[in-house]
Amino acid sequence: MTQLALVIDLNVCVGCHACVTNCKQWNTSGSAGPLVDERPYGKDPTGTFFNRVQTFEVGEFPHTETVHFPKSCLHCEDPPCVPVCPTGASYKRKEDGIVLVDYDKCIGCKYCTWACPYGAREIDEKQQVMKKCTLCVDRIYDETLPEAERKPACVLACPTSARLFGDVHDPESEVSAAIREQGGYPLMPEWGTQPSNHYLPRRKTKMKIHKDELVRTDNPLKKEGHLPKVDENENFLEDTASW
Amino acid sequence: MHPAFSVIFLTTLIGAGQGLFLALMTVQAYADIGALPLPAGSYFGANSMIALALLVAGLVASFFHLGRPERAWRSAAMWRTSWLSREVIVLPIFMGLVFVYGLLHYLGYNPNLFGENAPPQGELTYLVGLLGVIAAFALFICTGMIYGCLKFLQEWSTPLTPINYTLFGIASGFTLATVLTAGMAPELVKFYGGWAIAFTVLAFFTRGASLIRNQRIKHRSTLASAIGVRHAQIQQKAQGAMGGSFNTREYFHGKTAAFLKSIKWVFLVLVFPLPILLLVLGLQNDSGALLGLAFVTQYVGLLAERWFFFAQAKHPQNLYYQTI
Ligand code: SF4
Ligand code: SF4
Repeated sequence: MTQLALVIDLNVCVGCHACVTNCKQWNTSGSAGPLVDERPYGKDPTGTFFNRVQTFEVGEFPHTETVHFPKSCLHCEDPPCVPVCPTGASYKRKEDGIVLVDYDKCIGCKYCTWACPYGAREIDEKQQVMKKCTLCVDRIYDETLPEAERKPACVLACPTSARLFGDVHDPESEVSAAIREQGGYPLMPEWGTQPSNHYLPRRKTKMKIHKDELVRTDNPLKKEGHLPKVDENENFLEDTASW
Repeated sequence: MHPAFSVIFLTTLIGAGQGLFLALMTVQAYADIGALPLPAGSYFGANSMIALALLVAGLVASFFHLGRPERAWRSAAMWRTSWLSREVIVLPIFMGLVFVYGLLHYLGYNPNLFGENAPPQGELTYLVGLLGVIAAFALFICTGMIYGCLKFLQEWSTPLTPINYTLFGIASGFTLATVLTAGMAPELVKFYGGWAIAFTVLAFFTRGASLIRNQRIKHRSTLASAIGVRHAQIQQKAQGAMGGSFNTREYFHGKTAAFLKSIKWVFLVLVFPLPILLLVLGLQNDSGALLGLAFVTQYVGLLAERWFFFAQAKHPQNLYYQTI
């Protein structure tokens, strides 16, 4: 079974909000009607977004690290928001695992948001129905688009390619490989929601080179002529490894 | 959580309505075995309508919670999985039963279904009433479980939640029955008053237990598990919006810790000791005014209790909304 999801690389995200902007642009222009913006030019603008980028500081100065953290619906495999919905407006698609809200059925009771531990759902204060990330369901299957563009708007917008999109149930997919090989993890695993979206951790790419590794100790083809001179008193890699 | 007044009124009003109906059925059951005199049909009729009025008022309040009230009928669809859906179904069933129960009593139409001499006498109202009792308890459970089933809201996720909803409803319903009966059937006032006090005391213990439980609660989610960074020192610097969002409006009560604490003491005084004192004084002095005051005090206290119930619950999503 397919489970579409995003994998977000926190090591790469620079917190530019391009995904937020493109998400808003695509989803406010769709057939489901606009995503409300209230007082957009006032001093306290607010509105409905599917995706937000937050910023956290980890550690204590001066040993701090800034983590930009994009946050949207995680399309949980066991979504607690779905069974609580009294109308059936919230549902999880069998064919691709996307969790959606039927805006024509939703009564705006907000119960589903109480049941989502991530705060991924936001009510549209104008339409008074619940809204959340759809994984751009209206674009990823659109055959009028070139194949490369059949991806969620946020993924296309990301200038650093911090967002990967694909089927996390297919072990061969790019997203599964990223999760597997780069330590992808789910958010709040303690609640058993099994989020489909995963995050890749911050990584430090450092290499430790020992002094003796800079000196060749063997030279079987004698390409460089004489064996290099070495300091007899030092430990060589092969001394350590020869056992 | 941000306490929504629509839900506060809904739960307290229907709770009192359910309690009042249970009080009526208690008297009928006692009367049936001859332990109490059976009041006139009009007594049951009038009080059933008052219970019904409370239920209707609660229902009206609940509509203010909906963004799309015109679609409310759709909410009966998912009763297999959703406690909210179940409540939406049980509430009108219960209202219907209360109405029929009251009407039958008022009309005095109460044939013996199982023969002339078989107890209980007047089986029809008894039967409808018993169905009503089942519906009343089912409704208490539905209402309580709407909150109790949300396991991330650890303050709510305990059997004490539906138990408290039940006991508060019954206590306020019996208090109301005491007041109403003072005018209509004075011989029953002591009976109701006694039970009202007993249920209030019981509710004090169960709500006290949940207060103690919640004071010691250890929240399972932390900022570390929320963003998946294993570090003890994480601070939010930006939440992605400057003018607030649904997430900041729905989940934060926006009051100080001191205010929260004071509401706790307000409800602890208004729901428990004060109504008990007023009930005792009212019963001793045969004073309907004091009894009435007992109900009003307790009801206002329950509004505060419900406000506190919401405000105290910390949703894990709040971890993502610490600073602008
Ligand atoms: S992240 Fe929240 S809204 Fe999305 S599927 Fe999971 S529980 Fe539901
Ligand atoms: S707000 Fe809409 S989607 Fe959410 S639980 Fe209510 S009816 Fe379902």
